[in-house]
Amino acid sequence: MLQYSLKRICLALLVAVTVSFLSFMLVRVSGDPAFALAGENASESELAMVRQQYGLDRPVLVQYFDWAGRALHGDLGQSPYFKEHVVVIIGHRLQVTMILGLSALAFALILSIPLGVVAAIRPNTWIDRLALGLSVFGQAMPSFWFGLILILIFSVKLRWFPVSGSTSWRHLVLPTIALGYYGIPAFMRLTRSGMMDVLSSDYIRTARAKGLRAASVIFKHALRNAIIPVVSVVAVQLGFMLGGSVVIESVFAINGFGLLAYESIARADLPMIQAIVLILSLIYVVLTLLADILNALLDPRIRVS
Amino acid sequence: MSKLLEVNDLSIDLPVPAGTLRAVRNVSFAVDKGETLALVGESGCGKSLTALSLMDLLPRAAKRRARIFRFDDLDLMALGERKMTDIRGRRMSMIFQEPMTSLNPCYTIGNQLEEALLRHQTVSRKQARERAVFLLDKVGITAAGSRLKQYPHQLSGGLRQRIMISMALMCGPSLIIADEPTTALDVTIQAQILALLSSLQDEFEMGMIMITHDLGVVSRVADQVAVMYCGEIIETGSTKALFADPLHPYTKGLLDCIPVPGRTRRGAHLSSIPGTVPTPIGELTGCVFRNRCPEVTAACSEGLIETRNFGENRSCRCLLMQV
Repeated sequence: MLQYSLKRICLALLVAVTVSFLSFMLVRVSGDPAFALAGENASESELAMVRQQYGLDRPVLVQYFDWAGRALHGDLGQSPYFKEHVVVIIGHRLQVTMILGLSALAFALILSIPLGVVAAIRPNTWIDRLALGLSVFGQAMPSFWFGLILILIFSVKLRWFPVSGSTSWRHLVLPTIALGYYGIPAFMRLTRSGMMDVLSSDYIRTARAKGLRAASVIFKHALRNAIIPVVSVVAVQLGFMLGGSVVIESVFAINGFGLLAYESIARADLPMIQAIVLILSLIYVVLTLLADILNALLDPRIRVS
Repeated sequence: MSKLLEVNDLSIDLPVPAGTLRAVRNVSFAVDKGETLALVGESGCGKSLTALSLMDLLPRAAKRRARIFRFDDLDLMALGERKMTDIRGRRMSMIFQEPMTSLNPCYTIGNQLEEALLRHQTVSRKQARERAVFLLDKVGITAAGSRLKQYPHQLSGGLRQRIMISMALMCGPSLIIADEPTTALDVTIQAQILALLSSLQDEFEMGMIMITHDLGVVSRVADQVAVMYCGEIIETGSTKALFADPLHPYTKGLLDCIPVPGRTRRGAHLSSIPGTVPTPIGELTGCVFRNRCPEVTAACSEGLIETRNFGENRSCRCLLMQV
């Protein structure tokens, strides 16, 4: 297990380095950053000054190592828009998004896993149809529209929850549902198909032949095997919920990471974009690593050779 | 003194797109303590379904009916699922065909062995472990204590089948159902497993139902044989009598297919039974073997062919056999 984890961690580090280089280069290849910083109408001398101030006149590799070295110390540069360290701003925004993303994930899992299990145990019954309907609905519905509908019903009509903002738990309820709903179809369908597969396998017949009770057969013997493919998808979905919640964040006016990314692109805030790309990629790397390790804990075939 | 297991007129129906597949029809057999009954027949003849129906592990859509379906003092037809889970693994156990896939890959051998005992008896985990080690030792697995910590994927097929056998024995059942336990194993391991099963059966005085398509296996372990064809038992008898003097043309055909040292000529073609097995859907009349039978008569396609007895434990379902 230790050997497996170490191997995974080394690979993750390698990916992280590659990603950092790519996110650094991304900004360089999308046009002269000096233009973006100094403005379109800047004169040649102004551009030269900006280049010198930000070190853009040095070789690219030198610039990268300089940037990466500072990044390792937690310095990802200053935002010309906020006139503040990007790390500080991202830190605040990421906190909001983390809370939203994790609660959305929890909501999605609590609903989709039991539903998937029941649908697999009772295929082609009303509950299976209901689960299928929910997931088709979830897959087909654009999340901004669903968010607006939620606001319309629960905030405007029923006045149960606030329309927007992120100051209390009540503010979180609707965005959690809107964002979490997006993950439900994938989790549920995967759980269902995994359970269907596993339930028809020989070792489940063995478990039943031992006289084990239904709960033990389903939860101990079947679910653990069926959940393994779900874990990897959950990691990717959580990454998406953290980084891609820009739509939900703008619908509910939540000052989160997604919204920040969107605004920074509009403002051509290069250091900010670079930092966001880097941090988001690293989040993915960490989540994938966690999923790999969790899968190894669940499945001895991965961990014991 | 009544038998350990008595089955009379067992039928199993399976819904298929074309109608109802009458997979098993009016099958009757009995097994005594310490006795081995072999259910022999080709793939798809209904022998595995018969075995699964004893454990009430048939596919959900399958329907079983029986006139008598008695195990010890229990009417198995009348038992609900809850009561049945108390019987399974404790008083009757099953060994399956595929040792490679019949163990859960996520749990250790020890965990899977112990849970059978922990489910049915109030014992400590330590006692369950001791029982597991005792049985692993019995089935010829060395270093049993350390095997308990291993996972199925770390073991060979032969070892896994031995583990399946010891798992079936955890609660000391009075009936063991072995569904082609040696089919997936190579020949030398087959012989070991069969010898092991026989000796364990003697030691623990269990009744055993051996399901197989292999007449070699039958001759080695069975006391009684029931030959199945297309969902029916077409002949029964003691192993000795059935091999020496087969009554039904199908049984004769099966025995002719086996090469016998000294009798089969070198280089000669081994015989086979021509034709294919019919699919038993809808109403069936006459003998199911008539389209392949070398001795078929006009009467064979009419009415119901009764099973007739020819002495004790000897029966045959064929018009040609006269009492």
